Amino acid sequence: MEKEEFPLKKVCIICSKGSLETVYPALVLANGALLEGIEVKLFFTFFGLDAINKKFNKKIHTPVVGNPALRLPGNIPFPTLLGILPGMEDLTTAMMKQTMNKLDIPTVPEFIEYINAGGGEIYACKLAMDMFGVKRKDLIDEVKDVLTVGEFYAKCGGQGTQIIFI
Amino acid sequence: MATNVIAGKTVNVNEEGYLLDPKEWTIDIAHEIAKEEGITLTQKHIDVINFIRDKVLSGETLSMRSISKSGIITVKELYELFPGTPLKLACKIAGVQKPASCV
Repeated sequence: MEKEEFPLKKVCIICSKGSLETVYPALVLANGALLEGIEVKLFFTFFGLDAINKKFNKKIHTPVVGNPALRLPGNIPFPTLLGILPGMEDLTTAMMKQTMNKLDIPTVPEFIEYINAGGGEIYACKLAMDMFGVKRKDLIDEVKDVLTVGEFYAKCGGQGTQIIFI
Repeated sequence: MATNVIAGKTVNVNEEGYLLDPKEWTIDIAHEIAKEEGITLTQKHIDVINFIRDKVLSGETLSMRSISKSGIITVKELYELFPGTPLKLACKIAGVQKPASCV
């Protein structure tokens, strides 16, 4: 019997944290899916809401405390105690963003623009918004809707669909 | 390695139909591949294709961002001109390898 193949048709990506290393994978996966002709639903919840918050989406940072994989150039370990110094997070993030810029990796607002242009749908979590006192007007215009978890799941149906939680 | 006759010219292609040598490309080949993909090339398509060829032939990595910043086209227009898989499709028509970038 010939093996049946079920190609990926839709990805539903949940971004649940507001740090650079969570927001970027979500955006890269979303944009990459659209470029392959795969449908995308992107759901931002909890601290992930920062990525679609007008006030904070240009300020997504790399955590410098409790991040054992963080190293200085030349693979020098970055001690957590150093991370508590004022400005350390800004500095580390600036270095990271410089490298990313060189590699032509889009910024968060650029990624959102590409995803929107490619027909990817961006949603915000109602519960998280209530918890953090975030209003619809605080969110970027590209957000299609504010959804409950049930409403989001309703959009995740169909053969060839995968949910990715980050 | 396979060969294919496109627009009367024998060219080397991979299994997905991408030209292996961008130098074998001609504008007639572009029109022919586009037609197979259901696209009728306009000047805007050709501007994008030329940009991609310049970029790739000069050894640079092609990315969405470089196209978006080129001023030739917006990302939305790119999706409209090359529907489905815009970057791959544009590269195929431009006679260059499939983009190797994740962004």
